[in-house]
Amino acid sequence: MTVASSSPPSRLPPSGADPLEPTKKARARARGDGPVAALFIAPALLGFLVFLLWPTLRGVYLSFTRFNLLTPPQWVGLDNYVRMVNDPIFWDSLTVTVEYVVLNIGVQTVAALTIAVLLQRLTRSALLRGIVLTPYLMSNVVAGLVWLWILDTQLGIGNEIVGALGVDRIPFLADETWAIPTIALINVWRHVGYTALLIFAGLQAIPDDVYEAARVDGASEWRMFWRITMPLLRPVLAVVLIMTVIGSFQVFDTVAVTTAGGPANATNVLQYYIYGSAFGRFQFGYASAMSVALLVVLSAITVLQYRLTRAGRSDLG
Amino acid sequence: MRLRTLTALAGALTLSLVTGCAQGGGTGASPNTVTYWLWDANQLPAYQACAKGFEKKNPGLDVRITQLGWSDYWTKLTAGFIAGTQPDVFTDHIQNFGQFADLLVLEPLDDLGIDDSAYQPGLAANWIGEDGHRYGAPKDWDTVALFYNARMTADAGLTPEELNSLSWNPEDGGTFEKAIAHLTIDRNGRRGDEPGFDRHHVKVYGLATAGGGYGDGQTQWSNFAASAGWDYLDKARWGTKYQYDSGTFQSVIKWYFGLAKKGYMPPLTDYNVQSNQQNTQIAAGRAATAFDGAWMISTYAGFKGKDIRTALTPAGPTGKRATMMNGLADSITKASKNKAGARKWVSYLASDACQKVVGRYGVVFPATPAGTEAAVAAYRRKGIDVSSFTEPVADKKRFRTFSYPIASYSADMKALMQPAMEDIYGNGKPVSSLDETNDQINLILSQ
Repeated sequence: MTVASSSPPSRLPPSGADPLEPTKKARARARGDGPVAALFIAPALLGFLVFLLWPTLRGVYLSFTRFNLLTPPQWVGLDNYVRMVNDPIFWDSLTVTVEYVVLNIGVQTVAALTIAVLLQRLTRSALLRGIVLTPYLMSNVVAGLVWLWILDTQLGIGNEIVGALGVDRIPFLADETWAIPTIALINVWRHVGYTALLIFAGLQAIPDDVYEAARVDGASEWRMFWRITMPLLRPVLAVVLIMTVIGSFQVFDTVAVTTAGGPANATNVLQYYIYGSAFGRFQFGYASAMSVALLVVLSAITVLQYRLTRAGRSDLG
Repeated sequence: MRLRTLTALAGALTLSLVTGCAQGGGTGASPNTVTYWLWDANQLPAYQACAKGFEKKNPGLDVRITQLGWSDYWTKLTAGFIAGTQPDVFTDHIQNFGQFADLLVLEPLDDLGIDDSAYQPGLAANWIGEDGHRYGAPKDWDTVALFYNARMTADAGLTPEELNSLSWNPEDGGTFEKAIAHLTIDRNGRRGDEPGFDRHHVKVYGLATAGGGYGDGQTQWSNFAASAGWDYLDKARWGTKYQYDSGTFQSVIKWYFGLAKKGYMPPLTDYNVQSNQQNTQIAAGRAATAFDGAWMISTYAGFKGKDIRTALTPAGPTGKRATMMNGLADSITKASKNKAGARKWVSYLASDACQKVVGRYGVVFPATPAGTEAAVAAYRRKGIDVSSFTEPVADKKRFRTFSYPIASYSADMKALMQPAMEDIYGNGKPVSSLDETNDQINLILSQ
């Protein structure tokens, strides 16, 4: 992991005392490690082949067919892809998804970074770290349902409060313009603690002496954040971003329980459209084609992010 | 040596896990068991009682009933068809019937000898597929009526007789619109038909919202459209063209969603299929009346401290009152492992013997007239008057009953109509936009 690679060498145990140094006996044992290694790799490899590689290949194949799951697939060539390019609902749902990802990731990253830095610079309380993480312990569906009830236009306690403030009730999840930002923020609420913790782990890998040196030179907290924390945190932040962006593109459960894609397709994110096409309309071929498109988009974004943020390299000496 | 044993053991374990997964747990594998699925928890005791009677009559046969919530039900059923874990018999909905018939997962039931005249009119005929074969045996029916909060209507000076004789038209809304306008109260206590009424700050709406109504409008606009003489399709069953582009239909929709603009019905933003359906609005005192189906009778009757009663749907431009009459049926799956037992169970479910037992529980109207009678009596014992639901079925002169649209590609129709209707209701799109949606649906249907 990147976090480990950015650890200063001083934290490693002195090499003289390395208990792992191979002895003669151990070296002999090492030669016989092959079968054991295979044994340990086997479950993961089997899982990878059965649950990842095979479904992906089959999904790509099905995207070239007309398939309703119950009768054998018929080869239709590029038909599904032609339909996809000409389908306004597909483009609409892609736009909605991007809108969601930008809002979700933007707010979440800034908030998580703030929380992580505050946790590191102000307090080391494990209790506080635990509290920050609590929303993450809740399942997405439960979080979605609870917020749905809180934010209900007529009956939600959230809107009772809005009303009591003398403002008109806000249709958080029922209005075209409000629905996506609301869902994005619900998911920020749930994930921000987890993301903050990941960044916090990255912060702890930055050696204290760098800060001490800066302080001696009279640098302010603000300056230290921009000149020390941010550059040294970059590799960790990049990996966190890649992970959260992929996760964000896959938003489904919160939409399914709060808005079901409505009102008028305003929250019809790509995953939800794919699900509806497959399991609602039995168009598994078309749904597969859209899934392949999502895979291509996500791969491109990931490669781009990796390159732009130089996630593989650290600035730490 | 020990290591090799370990590797072999692990390999064997992995293999057994994989094969174990592949086998799965097929239901109804035994020739003595019939598996049966339904979604309504309220009806579970009634059908358990019915199964007892069946088992007594057919010694050696065992009915195993599984109840699943509405949305899980269809997902699990679909998954079951694919994985081969489907039940032998399941409760079928007309909305899904077309799709299942297209997918060839239902067993023809022509030899069961289902007689149309043994059931309430129209119920048995709806379950004959486009190919002329029967795929369902009628089990129950429901209609839609106007639920109202009796205290609110009394405060507004509306008598039950007046509520039962309302009429409407798409021009000025008739006495129906007058009634719901009068039942609407803003935050200053002004009624909807009084000068100075504030339509943006309404405390109690005259009519609850049930959302855009997809392509069927069962508890939304369907009674208005049908009483204006409109039909979903060009044919009663297995039509080839939807008629959402009709001028009559579009005028009804314009008027109906216009009620929200006037402040007599909540805006679309107040509706949520999860948290705020029309019964919730009535329970919370946010609406005075609501169109809802017979399957909700017990729910409304259970609202503590509220006297909820029902009235007939209003009479329309055709002079008739209209209400959707929908019926469920029992279907046998094509891949059932116990078709002989399943046939016996479905025949029994469709018989007076079972339907009278179900009727006595007072939770649903069974499809046979004797079963319906038993249900009406059971509701009466609970102090509930259900004539608003039964009258339209009995009196064809004053009433028009109509069915859910029966056609292929119903899921595609729903997927296109839902956002189209919400666009009109919520975003003020013109009703003429339905022309394009209608063309798209008909294009799919013509494939």
